[in-house]
Amino acid sequence: MARGIRGPEARYGWTFMAPAVIIIGVFVVLPIALALFVSFSDWNGLGSPLGNSGFVGGENYSKVLVESGLAQRDFGTAIRNNLYYVLLVVPLQTALAMFLAVQVNRRILRGKGFFRTSFYFPSVTSSIAITTIFLFLFTSSGAVNAVLGWFGVNGPNWFSDPRGILHLIFGAAGVDGTPDALAGTGPLGVTWWNWLSGPSVAMCVLIILAIFTTSGTFMLLFLAALQNVGSEIEEAATMDGAGGIRSFFSITLPLLKPTVFTVLTLGLIGTWQVFDQIYLTGGGAPGKTLLTPAYLAYQTSFEDLKWGRGAAISFILFGIIVFFTLLQRFVLRDRDDARERRELRRRRRGGPPADGPTEAPADVKLSTAGKGVTS
Amino acid sequence: MTATIDTSTGPSTDGAARPLPRRRRIPTRVITGIAVTYLVLVILALIYIYPFLISISGSFKTDADATQNPLSLLPQTWSFTAYQRLFTEVPLPLWTFNSAFVTVCVTAGRVFFDSLAGYALARLRFRGRAFVFASLIAVMAVPNVVLLIPRFLVLKQLGLYDSYAGMIIPLIIDAAGIFIMKQFFESIPVSVEEAARIDGAGVFRTFWQIVLPMARPALITLFILSFQGSWNEFAHFIISRQSQSLNTLTTGVATLTSGQLGSGNQYPLQLGAAVLMSIPVAVLFFIFQRRIMSTSEGGDKG
Repeated sequence: MARGIRGPEARYGWTFMAPAVIIIGVFVVLPIALALFVSFSDWNGLGSPLGNSGFVGGENYSKVLVESGLAQRDFGTAIRNNLYYVLLVVPLQTALAMFLAVQVNRRILRGKGFFRTSFYFPSVTSSIAITTIFLFLFTSSGAVNAVLGWFGVNGPNWFSDPRGILHLIFGAAGVDGTPDALAGTGPLGVTWWNWLSGPSVAMCVLIILAIFTTSGTFMLLFLAALQNVGSEIEEAATMDGAGGIRSFFSITLPLLKPTVFTVLTLGLIGTWQVFDQIYLTGGGAPGKTLLTPAYLAYQTSFEDLKWGRGAAISFILFGIIVFFTLLQRFVLRDRDDARERRELRRRRRGGPPADGPTEAPADVKLSTAGKGVTS
Repeated sequence: MTATIDTSTGPSTDGAARPLPRRRRIPTRVITGIAVTYLVLVILALIYIYPFLISISGSFKTDADATQNPLSLLPQTWSFTAYQRLFTEVPLPLWTFNSAFVTVCVTAGRVFFDSLAGYALARLRFRGRAFVFASLIAVMAVPNVVLLIPRFLVLKQLGLYDSYAGMIIPLIIDAAGIFIMKQFFESIPVSVEEAARIDGAGVFRTFWQIVLPMARPALITLFILSFQGSWNEFAHFIISRQSQSLNTLTTGVATLTSGQLGSGNQYPLQLGAAVLMSIPVAVLFFIFQRRIMSTSEGGDKG
């Protein structure tokens, strides 16, 4: 009997898997192997890379990472640009998504469907359509500057403004031009002063764009988590007179922690992959302040025909993404463990958890929060 | 508005935490709080929706009107020039056909092959299953942008570059979809299949006639994700083709927006294209709104 079922099962198992295994093998695994080969070669795009290229060792990597020159400087600039992008987009989109989710989850709120649809809709449209719209909104005489004009603010010419935000702030504080102390070349051939430029005005638009399009998706993730928790707890706290902010930080936020972790990870992975928007806004213009590693890899390969170097940049980018994901995982898990250990110790001593006098250990977080709110 | 709070909260909340006498009154600060919430949400909703509204109206404006009155919701004079040009000077119908063709193939392929593979991983015992599953997880971790140049190299090597096949086949399976299907199949009770098998149905028939119909919710999710993903796909079509005739809506509109067709400041034209290309996903979104926002029921009970 067992044989009669198992025999065909194994055969069917592989037959069912075959299309997936073949396609993933041919279009994911094989490409990575081939690109790894190309990244160590001087292939110029003619003919097949196998047989039409010479082995150059780690030259493609060292040109980008160690040898000073244009290639290294461009890569450094791209890393700087993307780093500021990540630093601003990830926290802001997470915070905004959480804020929206908490707001549209309130039981007293009418018209929830309308608000949810409004906030989620930008996530549905394609990056091309939305970037086109943003290019229109942020022209020098565009809608955004018109709104700023109401408040007497003279908006910049967003997409063609390469000035770094931090440089502008330094400038306002009286630091004009490069201070001598920062004129030296920092990592990756970019001067310290330029590392400290902050995102350019143009990059700020892309940062706003990213927050605009992703906050809706992440709002849904937070919303799902909130509804697992149930809104009663927070409502109760509010009715008992706890301020919204207070009940958020002491009740909602701790409960949302796993989702925060997911959203941060997804955000971190996504923000290192900006490509479409850069392609549309002119391939890194103005002044290369929109250049990102993902676009630089494409440009190096498809336009400069330095295929080996482009592939090398792709693998470095892969390494960066893996590194930051693991780093974030490590940082967050470490804190969690520490807190749990502290909690465990406290329980073992038999002492009160935090400030509540008589609590069941099972729902320490909930009940202590409740206590803090009422007293 | 309900003035009372539901007292039958879950067992995890400590009832003693709430003092009883205050239960039926809403303090004024709560009311102001609610008003502020509404105000903030309405302003935010306006920020999220207004760009789309002025894009639609902008596409009916003249070039000069769109530049001078970017904020107004109504065109000074209604102009259909942008749309006329999109269907005459610009090969929009061709782009639309290409997008539709690719999307239909990719969506059908993903729904079918992902559920086959997901079923095999969830239910069928075969040698190497654990390894295949582990590799799948590893594949999911590779970012798409990293695969651009590698995929170009393989397409070129296989002679698939600049063809429909090269645009479609690499997208026809996605690891995340297999994962979704596997999770869902695992949630279906095994007893149903066992009954069918004992009745003599083969593995494929059991899968096709019994299990797949039960997986409708997951299939719809996969359908939405695949449709939206392939309709909006851009980077892959940049590296897998070069012929103008293979432009999809995304790559075609990109040439309009980046000014490659001498359309740098012709905002109505670009906005019109952006509006038209968003219609299918918008329709899909409104049809499946309930499912996409599957969270919307829970909160509305009160």
